[in-house]
Amino acid sequence: MDTMEPILAAHPFFRGLDSRYLKLIVECASRETFSPGKFLCQDNEEARKFYVIHHGRVAVEIYRARRGAVTLQTIGEGEVLGWLWFDRPYHWHMDARALDLTRVISLEVQGLMDRCNRDHDFGYELMRRYAHHLAVQFRVTKAQLADFYGD
Amino acid sequence: MTAKLPDPMLPTPFVVQKVKRETSDTYTLDLSRADGPTNFAFAPGQFNMLYAFGAGEVPISISGDPAVPKTLVHTVRDVGNVTRAICRLKRGEVLGVRGPFGVPWPVDRVAGEDVLIIAGGLGLAPLRPALYHLLQHRGEFGNIELIYGARTPKDLLYPKELERWRGRFDLRVHVTVDSAADDWRSNVGVVTKIIDRARFDPPSTVALICGPGVMMRFTVLELMSHGLTPEQIYVSMERNMKCGIGLCGHCQWGPYFVCKDGPVYRFDRIKDWFDRREV
Repeated sequence: MDTMEPILAAHPFFRGLDSRYLKLIVECASRETFSPGKFLCQDNEEARKFYVIHHGRVAVEIYRARRGAVTLQTIGEGEVLGWLWFDRPYHWHMDARALDLTRVISLEVQGLMDRCNRDHDFGYELMRRYAHHLAVQFRVTKAQLADFYGD
Repeated sequence: MTAKLPDPMLPTPFVVQKVKRETSDTYTLDLSRADGPTNFAFAPGQFNMLYAFGAGEVPISISGDPAVPKTLVHTVRDVGNVTRAICRLKRGEVLGVRGPFGVPWPVDRVAGEDVLIIAGGLGLAPLRPALYHLLQHRGEFGNIELIYGARTPKDLLYPKELERWRGRFDLRVHVTVDSAADDWRSNVGVVTKIIDRARFDPPSTVALICGPGVMMRFTVLELMSHGLTPEQIYVSMERNMKCGIGLCGHCQWGPYFVCKDGPVYRFDRIKDWFDRREV
């Protein structure tokens, strides 16, 4: 468990976070490795984990009956997966599949939420980062919708 | 007695040596002078006016290697009558060339800097000469990162060259597409998102951007959010260039003639015009 703290501290999502908060996060954390092709999560499953990717690449996909899996986005080292974990109905809305050997720190969502509810300063810190992450996702989605290469 | 300069309005005949289909509607033409092997010196980022006889003339960026000046290379997308006529030319056929025109990428003024080359779609074509130059003088620069986005894997220009560049240890190549089937092994997402993965030291970085307007707009915003200033960002603008020498006014953009003052601009010089509509 101890070795996870420096990894989290260096990760862009948690960079600059007070060490006592990092310790709270580490309490909910475990390491996982996904081999290529393995799903980190699948559509409609309960969202119990929030993934902090520190090695490898993951395709975020939506499955369409006629076209099969369509990749909407790839994410990798330094990014997080599972940005809807804070909101009801706490279900995954998409599939996420490892493209390469992918190492993550998975954070148990219920544990994180309990700690956020107990310590509002910690909750605020996490929400601030979460809001920033959402803003980036929003910007990226807008850019993708703008059909960058269409004119 | 002073030597007479060539008339910039007079096209020089060039012979098509090779035509390569890049994508469904984009072709790369290798050209050489019709009157014999003569060097065609140009700087990365400059463009020529290509004249398809009987069809008309269009401005097209030079996409070849400035260190191989005997072969003039243009990558052309078939989007109208003139470009269609150019794309249909066969080996041995002739077209007219005027140029080179315009302000180039500042590749000879950015020694010591990290360089971000950010291209969208056909925008890799005018940036390729800059990349050739940077790689030929590799020791003079810090990190070089090529970030290239297209709609789908089939729309990527120069795929073999991208693979070769990706194999180098002194260049990081990030390729991304908007959508792809599951056999695509690289990134899916917009180029702006890839900027997060690039390695650069913001105060010592220069970014060269070329692509459609909306892509450049979002890219500039993203770079500024990473700490780059407008003075560190260069963009290549596209307008309806006609004479190539700033006389006819076709390509006027606010206080500038893009053919003469551009197409490459440092962003701080055009930021007030960049987002302005109907200019």
